[in-house]
Amino acid sequence: MIIADKEITVEDIRKMLSEVVDPEIPVVTIADLGILRDVRKEEGKFIVILTPTYSGCPATDMITLSVIKKLRDNKIENFHVVTQLSPAWTTDWMTDECKAKLKRFGIAPPEGSSATEVLEKKHPRCPHCHSMDTILVTAFGTTACKALFKCNDCREPFEYFKCH
Amino acid sequence: MEDKNIYEYTLMLADSSLIMGQRLSEWTGHGPILELDIAITNIALDEIGQARLLYQFAAELKNKQEPGSKATEDTIAFLRDAWDFKNLQISELPNGDWGQSVLKIFFLAHWQRQMYGKLIYSPIKNLSDVAEKALKEVTYHVRWSSDWVRRLGDGTEESRGRMQKALEYLWPYTQEFFEPEGYEWDGIFENAGEDFFENMKAGWNKEVSLVLTEASLTLPESHTYMRKGGKKGLHTEHLGHLLAEMQFLQRAYPGCEW
Repeated sequence: MIIADKEITVEDIRKMLSEVVDPEIPVVTIADLGILRDVRKEEGKFIVILTPTYSGCPATDMITLSVIKKLRDNKIENFHVVTQLSPAWTTDWMTDECKAKLKRFGIAPPEGSSATEVLEKKHPRCPHCHSMDTILVTAFGTTACKALFKCNDCREPFEYFKCH
Repeated sequence: MEDKNIYEYTLMLADSSLIMGQRLSEWTGHGPILELDIAITNIALDEIGQARLLYQFAAELKNKQEPGSKATEDTIAFLRDAWDFKNLQISELPNGDWGQSVLKIFFLAHWQRQMYGKLIYSPIKNLSDVAEKALKEVTYHVRWSSDWVRRLGDGTEESRGRMQKALEYLWPYTQEFFEPEGYEWDGIFENAGEDFFENMKAGWNKEVSLVLTEASLTLPESHTYMRKGGKKGLHTEHLGHLLAEMQFLQRAYPGCEW
């Protein structure tokens, strides 16, 4: 185990943790979402840097636990998980692949940049029929990061991952 | 000495968020419709999340000041009494009807936006980091609550009447927002001159008045008696009852976890 540890690189850890999924939206990983900020090695220890999405997101503790479990399952013990608040998490860090995965899952991905769209989008594109004739039902959805919309064309309700 | 000021200032922000979050969470399962139930409890969640980040920093400070005190975010939230809480009094007031609750969020979210908007430039990194995150969240609360204030104020005779009543009830509690306690000056903000809090207050007044006017609501007379004292631990009778419920488990079963 100790010998194996020596051979493990930062890149291996990064790859390993890229498989950890978000507990509330399990189609995307913490790397996709930009929650996994960095992995580096300091004095023989792997430092894993995570950033919470919303301050009160209940998934935050769960994500930290999943990361610890993932590392331990791979027999890695010499690590330290650090929560870093600044720079504050933004949906701008989401990968394009992440946005595509969300859309396939039925969640409209954030549109535009957080610099200009901090407040909710008026008419995000419907993830089902791609219509832009959509209307806000409520500014807060089932999780802190989403709002609820309805499509006037296909009549389906859908969640929109807010630009943040 | 400076650390003590930072500790108390952090508690003032954290307590205001926690008490507001705890109070708003009483709406869980009682919102007018499901979507609004979810909205108001999501706001409560954001507030409690911000409070947690601030308490974690407060615990760090406390342990540095008094080694061996073993403070954690939980001991600070659950094991202090009402007179130790430094929250703004408005946060502990009962929810009242929907209009009163959204107006309370409206006042507090505007206060937080002013405060966090300045705090992001604080030389204290732990505070500026929290402010950077929280600012985005409270901006969303400002937007949501402003929509509701306009909608109810500029609504039916019934809704306007209730909003006006809520305004008269809550307004006297807004005075203490920008009247700094001693601990708010030292070391928290850089270059906080005499007009620092006055400017924040002017910014708050401008934004709040604009929405209230659009909502066709009338501000109470300027000679209204204004309340204060929350920031130094003076509270209304409501805080004790709220804490009795919130702290019950940790008081009855110390250190209980699940």
